[in-house]
Amino acid sequence: MHKIWIIIQREYSTRVKNKRFLLVTFLMPLLIIGLIFGSAYLSTRGTENRKIAVIDPNGYIKTSLKNTQQISFEFPENIDTTNYSSKGYTDILILPKFENNTKADYILRSKKSMGLMLQNSISEKINSALEDQMLQDAGIQQNVLDSIHKASQFAALKAYEDKGSASKESNAGLAMGIGYASGFLIYITLFIYGTMVMRGVMEEKTNRIAEVIISSVKPFELMLGKIIGIGAVGLTQFALWIILITSLTSVGMSMLPADIQHQVTTLQQSNGQMGAAGMAQASESAMRIYNMQHTIATANWPLILSCFVFYFLGGYLFYSALFAAVGSVVNEDPQDAQSLMFPITMPIIFSYLITNMVTQNPNTPLAFWASIIPFSSPMVMMARVAYGVPSAVSYWELALSMVLLIGGFLFTTWLSGKIYRTGILMYGKKVNWKTMIKWAFTKQF
Amino acid sequence: MDPLLSLQHLKKYYATQKAVDDISFDIQAGSIFGLLGPNGAGKTTLLRMITGIFYPDEGQITLDGKAFDPINDIQKIGYMPEERGMYKKMKIGEQALYLAQLKGLSKSEATEKIKYWFRKLEMESWWNKKVEDLSKGMSQKLQFVVTVLHEPKLIILDEPFSGLDPLNANLIKDEIYGLAKKGATIIFSTHRMEQVEEICDHIVLVNLGKKIIDGTVSEIKQQFKENIFTVETQEAADISNNPAFSVVRHEGKKILVKINEGFSSNDVIQQVIAQNNSIVSYNELLPSLNDIFIKLVEDTHATARAFQNI
Repeated sequence: MHKIWIIIQREYSTRVKNKRFLLVTFLMPLLIIGLIFGSAYLSTRGTENRKIAVIDPNGYIKTSLKNTQQISFEFPENIDTTNYSSKGYTDILILPKFENNTKADYILRSKKSMGLMLQNSISEKINSALEDQMLQDAGIQQNVLDSIHKASQFAALKAYEDKGSASKESNAGLAMGIGYASGFLIYITLFIYGTMVMRGVMEEKTNRIAEVIISSVKPFELMLGKIIGIGAVGLTQFALWIILITSLTSVGMSMLPADIQHQVTTLQQSNGQMGAAGMAQASESAMRIYNMQHTIATANWPLILSCFVFYFLGGYLFYSALFAAVGSVVNEDPQDAQSLMFPITMPIIFSYLITNMVTQNPNTPLAFWASIIPFSSPMVMMARVAYGVPSAVSYWELALSMVLLIGGFLFTTWLSGKIYRTGILMYGKKVNWKTMIKWAFTKQF
Repeated sequence: MDPLLSLQHLKKYYATQKAVDDISFDIQAGSIFGLLGPNGAGKTTLLRMITGIFYPDEGQITLDGKAFDPINDIQKIGYMPEERGMYKKMKIGEQALYLAQLKGLSKSEATEKIKYWFRKLEMESWWNKKVEDLSKGMSQKLQFVVTVLHEPKLIILDEPFSGLDPLNANLIKDEIYGLAKKGATIIFSTHRMEQVEEICDHIVLVNLGKKIIDGTVSEIKQQFKENIFTVETQEAADISNNPAFSVVRHEGKKILVKINEGFSSNDVIQQVIAQNNSIVSYNELLPSLNDIFIKLVEDTHATARAFQNI
């Protein structure tokens, strides 16, 4: 056992001291935060502006159609589909006459095709304008309509989970986000650290240092030491990322203007119920920050984090042992590694695809089975756990999945150990999975 | 004296071939033992069984009077494989420290010993270099240090001199003698016969997984001698074939004669004296190990590659 510890230390320290590790660890959170803010910035600034000429034969929506920053509607005279672009309009909207409440289509013609988002937002505007017009026709005053619109924006769906007598606020959007993010992280890290193990084993084999080391320690100890050492590197990286992201966020918060910070704290103290007067005082950005914090707080973070660490480690141990087995049979030629890796990478990719479905529907039979079977459980169970335990995943399911994953990685480690001890000293022979399995189940050396 | 290492009827069969087929021999403590054989003879498999990497299918290994226990006895063995390697990106000092710790030395003990050996072999300035910056010969020296660092009782060196210049080869050779003098037993595996003749006390030749010869260098030479003598005389001697001996060839004033069965070496001298010629030298010509091994191995038609004749 003492020797495994020495091996773990070497595997860990050579990687953690490596410049590339430090670079990735510190740049990754900056990159992620940059991407989030960057895409948010681009989505507000980057979209094109549309100036739409409207032909409204009976002036039906002229008063109720509302302009926004991006889309402006105008009602010019003497316009038709042949001359709208020469008159400076990007699109032309032709409304039917809407007689006798029969269903009719309106037509939008453009020189430049438009994105789905833009199309949806235009059709939403037209529909609500039509709706408003119909309500006015039915006798509702414009100012009554406006006040109804304003009031309805303050109402939002709040879902609660019933847990015995207590009920807890839940948020499906957040659950989906957490499930997706953690599934994706596990997916990426299985690949990164799995191939790291494989390359480490290949390095030892092609360097021929394996034989020197194996005359001091058992092959299994060498393999296990490498797997554990690299797993520790992965955990270190996660820990550093969490520390970096939380500290960057709090730095970001402290850089907000003082009045917004004050408003956010007031909102927190009053639990979001400030009354109409308070609401009016709180600026839009303070509301947004408060809502974000409030939503994030609804998740059961200790449970999610501990499940994440468990499933990351379990999945990593399950797959990295197989990657180590592949590394041990490859002879210098990386091409061989590619084809031998295929049966390992396939289930990882499939699990990821299943995870994407499960983040939206956590309780289908597919989600259940995929979260129990060790091949896919690390990713899929994380997606389900995000929806809450025991409301989405019952305790026995979680326990069964965990026990099977532990059993699974013990099995793959045992299997790979058998393949590894034969492969690491075998040179010049091309090996496929069939031979590898044969090695695993026959007595060798 | 009891042998340090004793192999009894070792067998190791692979699916396609008998890599080691019933080999037994003893190695005396403090001796330098040569394990010889052509490529593919089973030497590496044999060495891997002695180092505990492989388990024999049959047979026993006794180390230091007790049955060989791979897990604990690994500390008593230093093994330098033929295909040796190092972590290319790791610093040399750290690397030596790591391998020494894997052999069971504590960190401080290992540091002290590495410093001692680095000083001795003039490698002190290497500590912070990386292996990828070393020449082949330099990394060989490092390998040697790592192999002997933990003061093993049994040191196994597979082609230790390949890639070394004569100066460094002599340096290592002297260290090998020094270690043997201090009581370490050395197994030396090589193709290069002139080194074996020079260094080894005792040799074993394996071929096709079987032991072919076993003995000291002089015993083996005696065993394979062909009763050929060289006579050097003052004047060119005029001797011809007769019942006692036959002339193999003339080399100026030297004559090589082969003495026939049942006659003695004095019969040649008598004939020279009878001609009133004076003898300058008279020696028995023993075969070189190289000749013996080429003869033995060629007979079996087994070699992938014959011995390297240097």
